[in-house]
Amino acid sequence: MAMRPTSRGPSSRPSRAVLVLLLLASFTVITLDARGGEDSPLDPVRTAFGNVVGPAESGAAAAARPFASVGDFFHTTHGLRQDVSTLKAENSRLRGQLAGAALDRNRAEELDGLLASSKSTGYALVPARVVAMGPAQSFSRTVTIDAGTHAGVRPDMTVLNNDGLVGRVVRADRSTSTVLLLVDQESVVGGRLGSSMEVGFLRGRGGVGGDARLDLDLVDASAAVSSGDSLVTWGSRHGAPYVAGVPIGRVGPVTASPRQQSTSAVIRPYVDFSSLDLVGVVVDKDATSDRTVIRASGKEH
Amino acid sequence: MSFVRGLSVTLLVLLAVVLQVAVFSLISVDGVVPNLALLVVVAAALVRGPEFAAVLGFLGGLAVDLAPPADHVAGRWALALVVVGYLAGRVRQDAGSSALSAVVTVAACSFVGTSLFALSGMLLDDPSVPVSEALTVIPVAVVYDVALTPFVLPLMMRLFRRLRPHQVAY
Repeated sequence: MAMRPTSRGPSSRPSRAVLVLLLLASFTVITLDARGGEDSPLDPVRTAFGNVVGPAESGAAAAARPFASVGDFFHTTHGLRQDVSTLKAENSRLRGQLAGAALDRNRAEELDGLLASSKSTGYALVPARVVAMGPAQSFSRTVTIDAGTHAGVRPDMTVLNNDGLVGRVVRADRSTSTVLLLVDQESVVGGRLGSSMEVGFLRGRGGVGGDARLDLDLVDASAAVSSGDSLVTWGSRHGAPYVAGVPIGRVGPVTASPRQQSTSAVIRPYVDFSSLDLVGVVVDKDATSDRTVIRASGKEH
Repeated sequence: MSFVRGLSVTLLVLLAVVLQVAVFSLISVDGVVPNLALLVVVAAALVRGPEFAAVLGFLGGLAVDLAPPADHVAGRWALALVVVGYLAGRVRQDAGSSALSAVVTVAACSFVGTSLFALSGMLLDDPSVPVSEALTVIPVAVVYDVALTPFVLPLMMRLFRRLRPHQVAY
């Protein structure tokens, strides 16, 4: 960017001082926050700011929600063509699935069983809506949900929806919380293969669209992974940050590299992260909340 | 009076941050939303000059860093927007002359701002931003910011002109 020689007047000196001062201030904030690690000195500021901005985000999202479907009116021919090709692809995929229905039924039973077992362990869900999504320009995949500490939400709780695992709570303010999505590059989840019970670690790739994928690295390098297998959470001690038995996704292409002696696979998550709306936060069975908690004994949806 | 002005500018920045994450996320392109805070800073730079815009960039960037869904090290957007405000303010005599040059300024600022943010992420490893992802996100961000410029920038500039303390016109 070319500097104008004329701007090198008397006014350029104070402006440079301001710039240097502000740059130093930025570096100070970055250093304070980066060095602080888990308990950064900026966390109280963050919480205070979140308590103010969070409700504003909930309000703005509630006001904008009725207009969310307006975009569908403006479908272009190109968009419709794309829809047709997507539907065609889905059609052929479904036809293929029909052929393997017997196999899938077994898998579905397996999944059902896992789900039933997860229900019998008594997960209670706090319902919440996604009110804000972090921009891709910030390179971290996070969303704000409209349930906070008043609703019984705490950091390191599992977030899921009807389709499967969504992510975990990283910060809870009074009336909103921040959820780190499964597809974020910082997110690591322990997963278990539905068929062989083999365990592995899932890392996000950062994408949120229809092409969102996760990478699975199996702990046992000699374990076999078959494409199409289902994957559920492995679960952690005391269910934090992830409870066990929540469906994550389906195994896609598998690559085995003999040199590294490991098997890795690409996982297609069940959840559509670009259109997240209603989610549930797994809370303690006897958690107190400012809203109705969905208990395992009652209805789920 | 200056208190009222300061309050309105603060509210404007907060509104931009809230709209950016809560409303524009509904019409995001692969997760990329228009960077309204950056547009506010550029508008302030074109009207008020580099010093005011750099200060506003710092405060606006800090707001983006601290507003709920953000999970990165605070101060990174502040750093990027300080530089953006300063640069846009330095070229404002050229940039304010025509609509096209204003659009070019927004494109350049959007590129510089998003790139600086990505670079600081790479340096701090927070989160580990792969270069390939940065290269796909930055062009989309620039195009989206430019697409919104005709609707947002003139409005913002008019607002900042009205909020400017009375002084001898230059």
